[in-house]
Amino acid sequence: MRTDVSKINEKTRHQDLTEGLMMFAGGTSKEFNTGEWRTNTPVVEWDKCRQCLLCAPVCPDSSIPVKDSKRLDFDYDHCKGCGICAAVCPFNAITMKEGK
Amino acid sequence: MAIKDRMSGNEAVAYAIKQINPDVMPAFPITPSTEIPQMVSNYIANGEIETEFIPVESEHSAMSATIGAEAAGARSLTATSSAGLALMWEELLLAASNRMPCVLALVNRTLSGPININCDHSDGMGARDTGWIQIYAENNQEAYDNFLQAYPIAEDPRVHLPVMICQDGFITSHAVENIELMEDAPVKEFVGEYCPEEYLLNPGKPVAVGPYSVSNYAMEARKNQADALLAAKKVILEVAEKYEKISGRKYGFFEEYRTEDADYIMLIIGSAAGTAKQAVDDLRDQGKKVGVLKLRVFRPFPADEIVEALKNCKAVAIMDRTESYNGNGGPLGSEVCAGLYRRKADVASVNYIYGLAGRDFTVNHVYDIFAELEDMVENGKEVEQFKYIGLRD
Repeated sequence: MRTDVSKINEKTRHQDLTEGLMMFAGGTSKEFNTGEWRTNTPVVEWDKCRQCLLCAPVCPDSSIPVKDSKRLDFDYDHCKGCGICAAVCPFNAITMKEGK
Repeated sequence: MAIKDRMSGNEAVAYAIKQINPDVMPAFPITPSTEIPQMVSNYIANGEIETEFIPVESEHSAMSATIGAEAAGARSLTATSSAGLALMWEELLLAASNRMPCVLALVNRTLSGPININCDHSDGMGARDTGWIQIYAENNQEAYDNFLQAYPIAEDPRVHLPVMICQDGFITSHAVENIELMEDAPVKEFVGEYCPEEYLLNPGKPVAVGPYSVSNYAMEARKNQADALLAAKKVILEVAEKYEKISGRKYGFFEEYRTEDADYIMLIIGSAAGTAKQAVDDLRDQGKKVGVLKLRVFRPFPADEIVEALKNCKAVAIMDRTESYNGNGGPLGSEVCAGLYRRKADVASVNYIYGLAGRDFTVNHVYDIFAELEDMVENGKEVEQFKYIGLRD
């Protein structure tokens, strides 16, 4: 019954899905591009960003990756466009754009 | 060696549970099924079995805990009746869709209202589309035998679906009758150890049970579940055959009683089949060609097999012990008629509603029904296609 779930996708026939849609792996939610739900999109103006990192911890979807003490661009595959990062930024470096 | 004893239906099921010695039983008391968890608790208190009993706060919790325990890898079960089953509604669907091979001992009692504690099939029939396998018993012996067959059906890898073992409240659950029990050893060998392939408490082999499914997957999952229920037909017969070898008692989707040359057949579920058989014996003595088809397996519904068994009779009385409130017949009536129509079987039928909320169903009712069928076929009497019997009107 144990199946390589990474081989299952939206084209898989019903016969090849797992029983009761059981998942045989952890952390698979990142495979789902929930960023599709977004209707507003945050955009960073990098010349205004001071890398204070206040935005990263308040993101409810962990969509602001941080590497070597610096935030990177948004993970648009999972960002829902809630705008909390824009509200919390002290330098107005994040603006919300209409649409995806 | 078989053990001759006398027991009520509830005692018989509790005894079967003792012999199976399942891992977990969460349960909440409700008449008339209360005795089952009570008796199992006694067995546990006396050190006769190792089952973990969970006294839960409601039937909603009872079924939730049963599913949780089953998903964790434990052989689990619960027991309930009537409103208890109704409160489990949401979880019944989850048990089936998560493909949990757990078992429920259902002691059939009417649903409110008017509030009443006696037998009819409104609870079980209300749950007929939840994806559970449903097996109904005529008496205490069948309740015992059916219960022992429940896990081998549910746990078969071709099935992996929950099983509801049903018996009539009070009529079967509380009436003490003779019974033939099996020794513990052959029961243990027949039911076997539970060795699930995938379960939650399995270190190093992570699994998520019942994850959220987007629209692109949910419909495929339903189809697989429906296919598993259909596959259960073969397994139910295989398990029955295996059980016959150790018990000497034969089971199938239904029992055909004096139907081989019958012009008129009564199709009925549960304890009232005993009444119908007595009436058939009486009428046969008068030269009437009548018989009884007692349905044992209601889910999966053996439509083809029922049509095959009915196709040569002149008329069938389809007996429903529940009201569907659809103005078109009871569940058994509707499904049998659909089966007959789809297979182009030209058999007249009348759907009778009987025995609601413990109303007595007697041999006189059966005589009247067969007389009415004969009058309809022989004299062209107009008969309402969906009617009550045993009603003051």
